[in-house]
Amino acid sequence: MRALVWHGKHDVRVETVDDPKIVNPRDAIIKITSTAICGSDLHLYDGVIPAIRPGDILGHEFMGEVVEVGKGNSRLSKGDRVVVPFVIACGKCFFCQKQQYSACDNSNPAEKADMSEMLYGHHMAGLFGYSHLTGGYAGGQAEYVRVPYSDIGPIVVPDDLDDDEVLFLSDILPTGWMAAENCEIEEGDTVAVWGCGPVGLFAIQSALIMGAAQVIAIDHYPHRLELASRIGAKVINYKNSRVYEALMDMTGGIGPDAVIDAVGMESHGFAPDNLYDYAKQTLKLETDRPHVLRQAIYACRKGGRVSVPGVYGGFVDKFPVGAFMQKGLTLRTGQTHVQKYLSSLLDMIRERKIDTTFLISHRLSLEAGPEGYRKFAFEQNETTKVVLKPGWENANG
Amino acid sequence: MRHRHHNHGTGRAIAAGMLGAAAGAVVLMAARSMMRNNYPTGPEDSPRHAWRRGASSRWREGAVVGRSITVNAPREEVYSRWRDFTTFPNFMENVVSVTPLDQTRSRWVVEGPAGSTIEFETRITEDRPNELIAWESDEDAEVRNSGRVTFRDAPGGRGTEIEAVIAYDPPGGAVGRMAAKLFQKEPGIQAKRELRRFKQLMETGEIATAASGSAAPST
Repeated sequence: MRALVWHGKHDVRVETVDDPKIVNPRDAIIKITSTAICGSDLHLYDGVIPAIRPGDILGHEFMGEVVEVGKGNSRLSKGDRVVVPFVIACGKCFFCQKQQYSACDNSNPAEKADMSEMLYGHHMAGLFGYSHLTGGYAGGQAEYVRVPYSDIGPIVVPDDLDDDEVLFLSDILPTGWMAAENCEIEEGDTVAVWGCGPVGLFAIQSALIMGAAQVIAIDHYPHRLELASRIGAKVINYKNSRVYEALMDMTGGIGPDAVIDAVGMESHGFAPDNLYDYAKQTLKLETDRPHVLRQAIYACRKGGRVSVPGVYGGFVDKFPVGAFMQKGLTLRTGQTHVQKYLSSLLDMIRERKIDTTFLISHRLSLEAGPEGYRKFAFEQNETTKVVLKPGWENANG
Repeated sequence: MRHRHHNHGTGRAIAAGMLGAAAGAVVLMAARSMMRNNYPTGPEDSPRHAWRRGASSRWREGAVVGRSITVNAPREEVYSRWRDFTTFPNFMENVVSVTPLDQTRSRWVVEGPAGSTIEFETRITEDRPNELIAWESDEDAEVRNSGRVTFRDAPGGRGTEIEAVIAYDPPGGAVGRMAAKLFQKEPGIQAKRELRRFKQLMETGEIATAASGSAAPST
């Protein structure tokens, strides 16, 4: 089959590799019809995630048709159209039964689990196409993929919904939703969202559905701010305005009740602390650049909530623990418990309560994947979301 | 004159400094050993294999491996699955086979260096259903080992806590090389992986693997 393979920093290629097969009884093989490039794939593309190896197949947002089912799976049948969560979860362990699927105890292979246990104190769940820290599972930017525990994860979607409408159930829609849920929104709340990429945009929609009085979006790409504005957010371009002052003025001096860092470890910006972080990250003294997180904590109102859907991988310094403690903030974060949100979000898509297609800027063939990465990484204003279609011969749309 | 005095002074200072440093080191060592001897141990509920070196002189480092894991299944089920030694090769990487010889004795075949195998016999020294299994290898086994696996109810209905403690002869020479292979460089890592795989089998019915091209799970 053809698959998009990582070779190094800013070097991904579409190559011919072996087709996946059923390995374990609960597996299924999916023929992929749509697969997206995620903002977190850019962290791999930029080479800042440890434990990615040349030859790894990328991609954790995908859907398609079931073409083979293991003998231990009585839930799926050949021909089912499914969206697959990016988190691989067994459904049986203590964590899965608490619906903390991204904390699954079993999906990271025993011999791979040591790495994240050493780094984080506990091993992480397996994820598709996201380095050997999370299991080294082949990703879905390919023609076919092996899906473990396929009797638990994939959700069957009805034929009257297009791929583009349901594809984002795999990651960014539930991630944006959980980010808003972690804000514990109350009536009258202001929620500030840093980063108007796909997760930020879905977090904005989710916060408004959950009853936020206003959502303020912060970015520097005019087109992304336009999208945020179109779905009902007030916007701040940090290249035009001082973010802290703007937020205080827009909240009567109180500050946002909840703040969302939808940027993560590679935040942009020219604040002195960010330049310092950039230098340290380049010198490998620090793995993550947390400018947004510091600013969000600084701006958050006393007793407010900090929600972090943005991905961090290692260590940061200058964490403003004083502001965090003195203001009595609550921090909630984590990889998304995708499986928990699938059916309620699918209902919302069907009822047209949530718009999932407005952010797609590019639809390309799988062969054009490397070009999709380049655009998403270097033309971020115009490129809000790239969807690859393995069935397509050539790029179009 | 001033110059000579200065030189003399420097030499004396160095000598005094060295003496001082040596005396300092002795004092420091004495102080540390005193602190250790006098350190109030107080109550301590952690398992012995988690203790700092020096806290117990009876257990030599490297000779004992202890690991705990919680399995989301009832104690009776976990015990009876573990009691069936023939299934060990399913989750123990270097174990080729375990064949029961009678009620208490088993014959083990494990992978040795360079494709060879090592065989030894073990006997169960204690077996309390749903609570504990302990074994010991024969006196003349190439890698003498003994172990104890205990099963406890996890609090709050969370299943069963398994604690495995394995002791083996400290490695040396050819046997040491085999032991290193058997238990890997870090014996604790090997034990941890085996417990994880046992848990995966018990909870999910399969062993997690990222393999996608072969018919057999790669471990």
